[in-house]
Amino acid sequence: MSFLEKITARPWEHAGEMDGVHGEYKTLQSASRTGLMMFLAVISSMFLLFMITYYTRSQFPDWEMLDDPRILWANTGVLILASIALQMASNASKQAMISRMRNMLIIGGLLTLVFVAGQWVAWEQLVAAGYYAAENPANAFFYLFTGLHALHLVGGLFFVLVLGYRLKQKDNEQKVQQGVSLCATYWHYLLLVWLALFTLLLRT
Amino acid sequence: MATAIGILILVIVTLLFHFLSPWQFTEIAADWGSIDFAVDLTFLVMGIVYVLLNGFLIWVVIKYRHRKGVKAHYEPESEKLEWWLTIITTVGVVAILAPGLWVWARVVEVPVDHEVVEVVGAQWHWSFRFPGEDGVLGQTAVREMSVDNPFGMKADDPAGRDDILVHNGEVHLRNDTNYKFLLRSKEVLHNFTVPQFRVKMDLVPGMVSYQWLKTTRTGRFEILCEEYCGMGHFAMRGSVVVDENAAFEEWLSGYPTYADILAEPEPDLAAGQAQYAVCSACHGANGEGNAALNAPNLAGQQDWYLERQINNFKHGIRGSASGDTFGAQMAPMAATLIDEAAVRNVVGYIASLPVSGSPATVSGDVERGEEIYGTCKSCHGADGNGIWSQNAPRLKGVNDWYLERQIQNYRQDVRGSHPQDLYGKQMSLVSGVLRDDQSVKDLVAYINTL
Amino acid sequence: MSYVAIADRDHEQHMHDPQTFITKYIWSQDHKVIAIQYSLTAIAVGLVALVLSLGMRLQLGFPDTFSFLTPDQYYQAITMHGMIMVIYLLTALLLGGFGNYLIPLMCGARDMVFPYMNMLSYWVYLLSVLVLCSSFFISGGPTGGGWTLYPPQVILPGTPGVDGGIVLMLLSLVLFIIAFTMGGLNYVTTVLQARCRGMTMMRMPLSVWGIFVATILGLLAFPALLVTGIMLLLDSTLGTSFFMPALLSMGEISEHEGGSPILFQHLFWFFGHPEVYIVALPAFGVISDLVSVHARKNIFGYRMMVWAILSIGVISFIVWAHHMYVSGMNPYFGFFFATTTLIIAIPTALKVYNWVLTLWRGDIRLTVPMLFVIGFIFTFINGGITGLFLGNVVVDMPLSDTYFVVGHFHMVMGVSPILVIFGAIYHWYPKITGRMLNDRLGRIHFWLTLFGTYAIYLPMHYLGIQGLPRRYYAMGDTSFLDQSTQAMNAGISIAAFFVAAVQMIFLFNMYWSRTRGKPSGGNPWGATTLEWQTPQTPPVHGNWGEKLPVVYRWAYDYSVPGAADDFIPQTMAPDDVPTTDDSYHGGEGEHS
Repeated sequence: MSFLEKITARPWEHAGEMDGVHGEYKTLQSASRTGLMMFLAVISSMFLLFMITYYTRSQFPDWEMLDDPRILWANTGVLILASIALQMASNASKQAMISRMRNMLIIGGLLTLVFVAGQWVAWEQLVAAGYYAAENPANAFFYLFTGLHALHLVGGLFFVLVLGYRLKQKDNEQKVQQGVSLCATYWHYLLLVWLALFTLLLRT
Repeated sequence: MATAIGILILVIVTLLFHFLSPWQFTEIAADWGSIDFAVDLTFLVMGIVYVLLNGFLIWVVIKYRHRKGVKAHYEPESEKLEWWLTIITTVGVVAILAPGLWVWARVVEVPVDHEVVEVVGAQWHWSFRFPGEDGVLGQTAVREMSVDNPFGMKADDPAGRDDILVHNGEVHLRNDTNYKFLLRSKEVLHNFTVPQFRVKMDLVPGMVSYQWLKTTRTGRFEILCEEYCGMGHFAMRGSVVVDENAAFEEWLSGYPTYADILAEPEPDLAAGQAQYAVCSACHGANGEGNAALNAPNLAGQQDWYLERQINNFKHGIRGSASGDTFGAQMAPMAATLIDEAAVRNVVGYIASLPVSGSPATVSGDVERGEEIYGTCKSCHGADGNGIWSQNAPRLKGVNDWYLERQIQNYRQDVRGSHPQDLYGKQMSLVSGVLRDDQSVKDLVAYINTL
Repeated sequence: MSYVAIADRDHEQHMHDPQTFITKYIWSQDHKVIAIQYSLTAIAVGLVALVLSLGMRLQLGFPDTFSFLTPDQYYQAITMHGMIMVIYLLTALLLGGFGNYLIPLMCGARDMVFPYMNMLSYWVYLLSVLVLCSSFFISGGPTGGGWTLYPPQVILPGTPGVDGGIVLMLLSLVLFIIAFTMGGLNYVTTVLQARCRGMTMMRMPLSVWGIFVATILGLLAFPALLVTGIMLLLDSTLGTSFFMPALLSMGEISEHEGGSPILFQHLFWFFGHPEVYIVALPAFGVISDLVSVHARKNIFGYRMMVWAILSIGVISFIVWAHHMYVSGMNPYFGFFFATTTLIIAIPTALKVYNWVLTLWRGDIRLTVPMLFVIGFIFTFINGGITGLFLGNVVVDMPLSDTYFVVGHFHMVMGVSPILVIFGAIYHWYPKITGRMLNDRLGRIHFWLTLFGTYAIYLPMHYLGIQGLPRRYYAMGDTSFLDQSTQAMNAGISIAAFFVAAVQMIFLFNMYWSRTRGKPSGGNPWGATTLEWQTPQTPPVHGNWGEKLPVVYRWAYDYSVPGAADDFIPQTMAPDDVPTTDDSYHGGEGEHS
């Protein structure tokens, strides 16, 4: 039933159980996914506003471009690999291949750590080259974007750790599988955000 | 029933209030009758809506209040009725929006023949710049601003040389003339508002905004800052005086161009010393002051402040109010300095005098004074040395009995009541913080410790 | 397939009934307890803001008699008053309080879908309140930059609280946003995923619709505040120049260069305007339910009400710059934003019509909640009308930044939602406590509050038309204000004190009726919605006992022709409806 049909229904005309007709009687699994999707919408709103702000500011005549460190390319590659690893973990969990899933989770987590460390190195390089945050808006935006993005990844890592703990506790298999799949979605999303940010940072 | 009557009373009170209240638009002084028209039209349309909706509300509350045995009518919706209501509302909205946008198009579009005035806002005072003969304002930059160049004029821009700089919160305008105000701020947001002009616009640091109007009647009007700009926001007042042509020209000719200011010679200390002989009788040979003669110490005070006060005395802006007996003594003395150059020379000489301390004669609760000083420090500085950009003189080292008397003068509107003494007015507004004589003593006692 | 409803997952450990006092009332994951925690905290911090406003009124009404506040303190008071009222009271109370209490009960769920996160949401909210209030006790005090926190002034000397107040304010806002996001994800997901059998979207009460859409607005709009908050924090602590241009502060040229203050305003109001509707939509929803219950009539034009909520929600994202007509932004934007702003007036007006049309041909019970409904409609008409003045760009020009604006937003965002909140408390208090609030005290409270607040805010509009600027610590002598202005200001202040005192009646009533009120039974108002059909009153943990409710009809079956009672609960199956004659329709036969 389309959204439009839903909200044009005349609810007073139908009394009755309506079970299945509007089948909105969901499971915890789908609730978690809905929650995650809403959360991604929130982050999207935040990053989108940042990017619009950044782009608008970059059109001012006094804008000075920043020399983006080379290491960002390598970091991007690492993040792509991390995202792939998470996806493989999710696939493995669906086929109930527990040890493969665990290994992929560990690899994905480590790759993410490498990415965060790589971003840190990029910061160090910039500071060493004299690009201080207070110097001009382009620098400040760079630190802000990369910092916030890395913070979101670290938050994701926390959930991977929780998953690891649950695995150890031999927790409800269905829940773990659900968790891995959500983590994979989150990683893909943050990869997309990073690609968008990176493109924007390179272009301006 | 009581409920309906209650609401009815409120509606009637509102209508009476609208028609009887003494608080209406000020008499307009710009050619913006069209804005007033848009407001009146909105009042009319909305007034009708207000009466109809509330009338209907009152009626249904009376008519359909609970009665035994009467059941509510069952009708989930009426598409037809809702369509009609939507259409009528849309028509009403268009009826006020369309004229509004039409007037707005005029507000946005500046006519070709207009004069330009730059309005400069700063914490917490106004100043103005006229483009001079070439009709072009010279470039400015924040980096250029200093005590000698408060407008931040760029010395290398020839267009700025003939700009007339009015470093004063009072500006005059020609009657019956289109003016485009270019709005610039030195540090925070301000808003240039004259209620009688109807239009207003923010001053935003880092950019130049504008507004325009045509003056339509002579008179003196108050400028208010209407965008919150910090502690002194409420005291950021100025004046616009709309003059006929001749009076305006005369006023404008009293202000220097940027070139004039650049060409000002260094003060002649020898001449200043000669002039100072008159002053030294009361203020002492070294400007150390003399309490017995009610003459404060001068040495160490900022030169721009002394210059302004001497000029105020000369022009009857200070010392003319009844109750200011000592100020009245000073006025003829200041008149002995014939011209601007003489004033500058004397002030230059005073600046060269050695600074000596001032003995404490006022005692009070220093801790309470420190609390009170929290308000003062936004302009006079935490160290009491004064801040040029706030037009606030040094307090530290000034004779305490003099400070006490002047603060009392401000509190009692003896000082700061002259319409042209805008900085004084600021002080008299802020002095409202001091609730009694003891507070003044406490404050002065604290300033003694600085 | 067999459904595993979230609401049915009693087997999971955290649905076990809490045993100790601490797990029951402090670290509780029960949405009803969290709702009460949210509400009481919001009311407590709201009382702080009320006291601040009284201090301001003393200064404004009697500037020569009471030098109670210094300018610094006055500006700190207006800042904290505004911020607390808008964010920490209204947003928290309407969404954290009412949202938490009503969503699961009205949707037929046992709890929110993520109860643990819900609990965290409250505790982070409490932390944000504490951080905010702690700024009263640091040196320099809280920030006095105005609730809009406009840079550059908010982080420059000359504004009170630059030493630490502003940092605490921004930190507190960041915490609040985190708390709101945790709560908001819960409300939205619960509405989408945890409704009981038969509860379709269009069978939901409008309260749920209002809260639901408001929460989505909040989730999308609060990030804008977060973004500005973070950037401002960096500007003030690290010396970056996001919003700070080159400037001359206190006689010295600052290090900043190239930032844009207007950018801040765009971002702030991109949050700030939806925020108005974050407060208004839940109030709209609640008022729709109250008016329907107490007029014994279905809400008129339910579908239109839903569409209006949705369209207001969408349009509210493209009207923000009507707060910036005189901000120095490109004046041509005025055409666009004036148009969108007046367009949003249309669905809002339709809502007002439908409330009044619900009363029309109704069976109006003038209960205390109904009085508040009528009071709300009256003040909202007033506040909505003045909104059309300010939304129309050219009419706004002379009125902007005057007391007209103060009068307008207090009428529309202060008095109106507060009347809704009062009405809602009188309405749902019996469900929350099992006892009625005292009726006589309620009536006294209503009339004194309505007349008192009107006496405060109506004159403000006219003072503003005359040109009285807002955010002025003192006017001094002016040539353009009528001599009587100061007398009116004093009168307004007296009315403000009166209204504040009257609220003590309400607080006393809440306290007294808790133990001594008339026992209410489960459904004192004869309402149809699910929260009144719980097996126990007050509802216990898990809300519904053994079996989840099943919904057979929409939320507004009042005075249905042929039915014996003037209301049919949502849980009543068509065949069970007691009828008086054959005119009753509404059984399975009509099911298409």
